[in-house]
Amino acid sequence: MSGEAQAKRIDLANPTVRAIVLFSAMFVLILAVGFVQGAANSGLLLTQALAYALIALGLNIQWGYGGLFNFAVMGFMMVGGASVVFVSFPVNALFWDSEGPVMLGRALLAFLAGVLLVWGARHSHRLGVRGGWKTALLVLAWFIAYVVYRSQIDPAAAYIESTAGFVGGLGLNPILGWLFGGLVAAVIAYIVGRISLGLRTDYLAIATIGISEIIRALLKNMDWLTRGTMTASPMPWPVNLPQDYQAQGIPISESFVYARFGFFALLLAIFIVVFFFVQRAYGGPWGRMMRAIRDNHIAAGSMGKNVTGRQLELFVFGSVLIGMGGAILVTFNQIFDPAGYQPINHTFMIWVMVIVGGAGNNWGVLLGAVLIYIVWIISDPLAQAIFLNLSSWSQSLGWGAIPEIDSRALQMRVFVLGIIITVALRYAPRGLLPEVVKREV
Amino acid sequence: MDELVFFINRVLISGTVLGSIYALGAIGVTLIFGILRFAHFAHGDMMTMGAFIAFLLASVCTALGIVTPIPSGFLVLPVAMAITAVIALGLDKGFYAPLRKRGAKPVTLLIASIGVTLILQGLLRLIFGSGTRSFYQSEPKEIFRIDMSALGGSRPITITEPQVLMIVVTALLVLGLHFFLTRSRLGKAMRAMADNADLAQVSGINTALVVRVTWIVAGALACVAGTMLALDVALMPDLAFNIILPIFAAAIVGGLGHVYGAIVGGFLIAFAETLSVFNWTSVLRPLNDLLPEGMALPANLALVPTEYKLTVAFVILVITLLARPTGIFKGASS
Amino acid sequence: MALIELKHVVGGYSSVPILNGVDIAIEQSDIGVIVGPNGAGKSTTLKAIFGLLKVTGGTIEFGGENIANSLPDKLVPKGLSFVPQEKNVFTSLSVEENLEMGAFTRKDDYAQTMAWVYEMFPVLAEKRRQPAGELSGGQRQMVAMGRALMSKPSLLMLDEPSAGLSPRYVIEIFETIVRVNKEGVGILMVEQNARQALAFASKGFVLASGRNRFTGTGAELIADPEVAKSFLGG
Repeated sequence: MSGEAQAKRIDLANPTVRAIVLFSAMFVLILAVGFVQGAANSGLLLTQALAYALIALGLNIQWGYGGLFNFAVMGFMMVGGASVVFVSFPVNALFWDSEGPVMLGRALLAFLAGVLLVWGARHSHRLGVRGGWKTALLVLAWFIAYVVYRSQIDPAAAYIESTAGFVGGLGLNPILGWLFGGLVAAVIAYIVGRISLGLRTDYLAIATIGISEIIRALLKNMDWLTRGTMTASPMPWPVNLPQDYQAQGIPISESFVYARFGFFALLLAIFIVVFFFVQRAYGGPWGRMMRAIRDNHIAAGSMGKNVTGRQLELFVFGSVLIGMGGAILVTFNQIFDPAGYQPINHTFMIWVMVIVGGAGNNWGVLLGAVLIYIVWIISDPLAQAIFLNLSSWSQSLGWGAIPEIDSRALQMRVFVLGIIITVALRYAPRGLLPEVVKREV
Repeated sequence: MDELVFFINRVLISGTVLGSIYALGAIGVTLIFGILRFAHFAHGDMMTMGAFIAFLLASVCTALGIVTPIPSGFLVLPVAMAITAVIALGLDKGFYAPLRKRGAKPVTLLIASIGVTLILQGLLRLIFGSGTRSFYQSEPKEIFRIDMSALGGSRPITITEPQVLMIVVTALLVLGLHFFLTRSRLGKAMRAMADNADLAQVSGINTALVVRVTWIVAGALACVAGTMLALDVALMPDLAFNIILPIFAAAIVGGLGHVYGAIVGGFLIAFAETLSVFNWTSVLRPLNDLLPEGMALPANLALVPTEYKLTVAFVILVITLLARPTGIFKGASS
Repeated sequence: MALIELKHVVGGYSSVPILNGVDIAIEQSDIGVIVGPNGAGKSTTLKAIFGLLKVTGGTIEFGGENIANSLPDKLVPKGLSFVPQEKNVFTSLSVEENLEMGAFTRKDDYAQTMAWVYEMFPVLAEKRRQPAGELSGGQRQMVAMGRALMSKPSLLMLDEPSAGLSPRYVIEIFETIVRVNKEGVGILMVEQNARQALAFASKGFVLASGRNRFTGTGAELIADPEVAKSFLGG
């Protein structure tokens, strides 16, 4: 009774109070999960959740700040993952001693020649080529560039795959790999953004999901670069691995706790820095302008703001965080498996985090990311428990047991995610912690 | 001659089958976009759901010992279409209609359709597991061989019975849809609403009814497309999610909101995909005789490696969006 | 009893009222014209009658019942019809299909009504198979009016039917409106060409700030020096 009275006195409409209440609830949930699953598993869950929060923050910059639809989250995460493999995976001497680097160099030259050719065709109007002829020339240039590049890369790829397996990495610190992941994601985001940001939302959604699928197809099949479905593993950590602690004589179970929380501490430091800057940017003049563009495209455009240019900035910044987050996850999980990426587990789950948390509100997105990740993880054992009970009940009724409980329970996660997002859209479309729009006096 | 037969078998027939599937899916997507103004991402899963319903019904048929000259997958199709259409109506009522009523933006509906995707996929895997099934566990696939020896070929043109039926069923459905849209009052009202929803309301057209009919048509066609895909490939829970991209590409290339465009787009994408992974060496092999000594065509002369088949649709999509965003037929612009 | 009678109608978008008490009464034999400055609530009045925005106060009686906040698919069968100002044809549908859409709510045979519309707009009969989007502005206006007449309305409401038309077509459209009225259809229209429209109006309503400022016959309003000065450009 008194609890109810207490609840009434807490003003949930006040954003700060609401945030404190919800974050407290989140910590209670984390503690509960930690209590049930143990310290080592909590370290795993928290680190992954925080990496997802970093990615969600990136999407929040794009969708929450800028209203830009990005369904290519998975693609950018994969780009980050492949980048960290390239930078931090141990050096593959077999590759560097072979003809591989030379052949790849030739392929790169062919690629650049192709770019030049297409660029030339695009500017052929200066030579007086116009209309249909220019289009024909452009198509021809693309075709020749494609054939030339393929003529170099195909033998190189085949050679590398047969001799060295794959190019391996540079053996550098994983943190450099994370930064490189962000950089590569930025470059790709710039190209993608230049092509597609002018499109309407529905088209942008489809275009980005397509880009995501192309990135997946490429990374999955470029065995010479990423080892493809054979996976690149084990990835080195920037902090001590459990094995390192074990070598110091620490028991196995504790070594995992130390190692995972060590990684978590590093990630938390990075996250705090990023969060601080993202939050600052939102409150500053830059963030105000972005919101103005999001809420009224046309007015902002007519006031002389370079709408597309600003949106491109958002798209690139957001993608940097997504790429970094993807790289961090690969390092933490110690494996890059291109076949393990699914739009559901990556793109859509991040979207659910942002929508449920509150698009436009960084605190909300952090909350949403951690909550949704916990729900995602515990849906499986919970569903398993429910199914086992149901199964024994149906057995006692003589209907027989539920077959394949393990694999079925795993699918509950997807279903629960779907229920959460639809319920959220219907009853709390602005999220758990809605964006607080500061009114200017 | 044999090269031509090979081309017909590999490109013409499989391209037509794939085109039929894409076209039927794209019609649904384009209708929903035309009437409700949002990209319905859950369409692929509606297709998969339809396929599973057809599969269940077919299994029931087999279990009851019903033997018919046509494969049971096609026999149960009308019932499966009806059930899928009812579920599509239910999905609208449960998930999209409340958002529309609130006046939510189309993008919210788009995100909601992702939620529906997750729910459907989760449910399908929950119920059916994530394994692969086939419609042909109990019935053999009948294969027609058209003998080409009279024309100097040594190999026959082969086409399976389901392939023939798929092409026939698609043709019938497209024809039926054409008559529905151009002859019936409700069909015309659908076109009117896709053209100008405000004016449709002002004219006194029962827009709620039109929305219901749209879901019924889209759901029924999704069921057919999904079942065909399952007949052509195999039945699994993420069957159609993988082809939602070419379907959207087909709808956009044809001009969103434009039914005939979606059909053309579907076949265009399908043939582009089939042709780009087709190994041209197999057709051009006779040229080897003409080439000078020591020169021969490479063993594999495909434009795109098979692994990248999916990217073809997307490249066409990007070119369309850049060169002619409204599609080859002018689609809905707003 | 009047065909339609608005008594002190208040309404608008969301919470901001645009109409602050509009009174209008029209007989079936009338041509009623609403004039007034921009933002006076002229088009809003028509939309309020047709259920396209919320009426929060007053009553709208049509054929003896209050129809405030009824939706078009209920109003059209009752005999109310509306021609919006812009985008008032289905561009991708043929002329004939456009007309059919006007008869969507009718369950009876509408062949006679269509013949009547074609008789009134012979040019449409010629172009019946052509998409309405290919027609000229004046012809589109005819399609729009024809579509609205297909439901056999007792009251036809038109939102600025002469907007964007060349002077020759303006006269033609006005003549058509008078002819439709003679066939027994009450007219309520909003017009920018105020002087021209009031000349043939049997009832005129001058609105300003969402209220009636002057009400009278068309001739009375034209003759009123104050109306002429403030609203008819001198």
